[in-house]
Amino acid sequence: MSECLLEVSDLSMRFGGLLAVDQMALKIRPGEIVSMIGPNGAGKTTVFNCLTGFYRASGGSIQYKNQAIEKMPGYKIARLGVVRTFQNVRLFKGMTVLENLLVAQHRHLKTGLLAGLFKTPGYRKSEEKAMERAEFWLEKVGLTEFANREAGNLAYGQQRRLGIARCMVTQPELLMLDEPAAGLNPNETAELDKLISDLRRDHGVTVLLIEHDMKLVMDISDRIYVINQGRPLASGVPEDIRNNPEVIKAYLGEG
Amino acid sequence: MKSLRFTPAILSTVVLLVLTSLMLGIRLEPSGVGLKVTMAETSSLYWIAAGAVVVFFFQLFRAPIDRGMSGIKQQLPSVPKEPLRQIADKKGFKTTLICFAVAGLMIWPFFVSRGAVDLATLALIYVMLGLGLNIVVGLAGLLDLGYVGFYAVGAYSYALLNQYLGLDFWSSLVLGGVLAAFFGFVLGFPVLRLRGDYLAIVTLGFGEIIRILLNNWTSITGGPNGISQIPKPSLFGLEFGRRAKEEGNVPFHEFFGIDYSSTYKVIFLYILAVLLVIATLFVINRLLRMPIGRAWEALREDDIACRSLGLNPTAIKLSAFTIGAAFAGFAGTFFAARQGFISPESFTFIESAIILAIVVLGGMGSQVGVILAAVIMTVLPEFAREFQEYRMLMFGLMMVCMMVWRPEGLMPMKRPHIKIKSKKSETESSVKIPSVAESV
Repeated sequence: MSECLLEVSDLSMRFGGLLAVDQMALKIRPGEIVSMIGPNGAGKTTVFNCLTGFYRASGGSIQYKNQAIEKMPGYKIARLGVVRTFQNVRLFKGMTVLENLLVAQHRHLKTGLLAGLFKTPGYRKSEEKAMERAEFWLEKVGLTEFANREAGNLAYGQQRRLGIARCMVTQPELLMLDEPAAGLNPNETAELDKLISDLRRDHGVTVLLIEHDMKLVMDISDRIYVINQGRPLASGVPEDIRNNPEVIKAYLGEG
Repeated sequence: MKSLRFTPAILSTVVLLVLTSLMLGIRLEPSGVGLKVTMAETSSLYWIAAGAVVVFFFQLFRAPIDRGMSGIKQQLPSVPKEPLRQIADKKGFKTTLICFAVAGLMIWPFFVSRGAVDLATLALIYVMLGLGLNIVVGLAGLLDLGYVGFYAVGAYSYALLNQYLGLDFWSSLVLGGVLAAFFGFVLGFPVLRLRGDYLAIVTLGFGEIIRILLNNWTSITGGPNGISQIPKPSLFGLEFGRRAKEEGNVPFHEFFGIDYSSTYKVIFLYILAVLLVIATLFVINRLLRMPIGRAWEALREDDIACRSLGLNPTAIKLSAFTIGAAFAGFAGTFFAARQGFISPESFTFIESAIILAIVVLGGMGSQVGVILAAVIMTVLPEFAREFQEYRMLMFGLMMVCMMVWRPEGLMPMKRPHIKIKSKKSETESSVKIPSVAESV
């Protein structure tokens, strides 16, 4: 298992007296779609925040491509290719859809002041490329006609899709989606299902997913981790998780 | 009658009476060693009464009046927007318009009084300051209440560099900008961890520190006496005084063989200010379209999302702070050259407040709006010189009116409209590079 893309061991996160995450372990291999499920307040998003550098983990190690990232600031982790979406989308609401996608490519662009002021050929080229990539992803998530609309004015489902597109233009290797199906209707969820599979197949991203929609999770996940009260409860392929009595108990309570 | 509203009408009238009678109705007069409160002249009392009556009836009949107004609005023929837009979208149109505006600005001073040109120059300084602060507050969303500090750095760097090292205006212009940017960078480092109100308070403190330092470092800066006899800028070595101050320099009027007139100097300063503003506009417009400009706005919108996408918030904030400060530095250098005399008194907090008011009044992030607001804020007080005592009252009134009618500023920022090449047009031969359409 040395070819792990992300390897988390013994991760813990403490807020004062509250141990929100305890002895969490994750292993994600390249090209996998892995889901994290658990009841509300189980600590899934906290794990996400630790992995993406928004929280500094109280203990444990996070290895991304054999590189320790647990002490890195968030923007550096993102530059390594670990990009996430948020439960509450967090678009740049006042900016247009297209601008959202251009901003996201910041680290790939020529940002030199003089290059931009004098519009050097290199700068133009990099801007063109950014536009092309943005257009490609607009097409992909079906938002081309809304390109110049302010992101905050989009319908909720469209905002969610834009959130994913915004991650994808950064050319990530590990895409972390925090409840991407929350608030979507069944049709939209089915589209999302297809989109996520496409992302893996066509763009080679590995996906780590937090989701409550069990149908979606069972459909697309290669493996599932179940967290309860900050602790890993079970892990395995969807079939095993579905029939695991511990998991059923955690979700439905003592029977 | 439901549409008559007695309670609010009476309430507004009472508020008006209380406020005006205190401010206008009574006056303090010295009597012996103390002060005596006396009634104001009868005429102003009549004015107050008239005002109260107007307010009362306006509030009473407000609903019918509003209805009438909206009726009139509907009756007015509306200008068809689409053709206008088409004209405005044409590329040549915009360039022509800009050329005409610039030409107008350049020719205008030769036909008006010296005072008007001087005032216009002052307005242009505020335009520069407004545009610079607009980067920090309007685009990056960092509330900076100490902006005047960088303005002071620019002004004092020219004054001091000239006094101690004998540097001329042009080299000081660059150095002043660089120094102000450096100060912005250094001050930015510790404060940019803070957000919102906390940031505002700390920047306010920094602005004051710079002023107090200038005030008290008497041995270098001359303290409250300031620095005088700062030379005016020269045009390629041609001076604008009656006689050349420096050995070997030729005054402007002798070089061209025309009679001496002090107006040349004023007009030259004005044109210089116009050029500086144009340069500022050009640079900021480019910056806006660049990745860094987009990043500023993204940071204002959501800095957590920025981090998650690999943007370094500290670096971006710092760049906004530094570049904003640099423009204040340029403006400061020019200000010192124009005044010929500077003292810490020119750089008090009220200046910061005015510049901030310009940005807010104009519409956060909007450049045309900021220019308009800067002109209003400098020119209006001059026109209303007789009402000088009520200047602050008028500012207040203006702000209140703005909040009611245009809460987003005079000309809110428009999002750039970027053309997308759709799949269909790709098959055509003329696939153009997507161009960023100009916006205000």
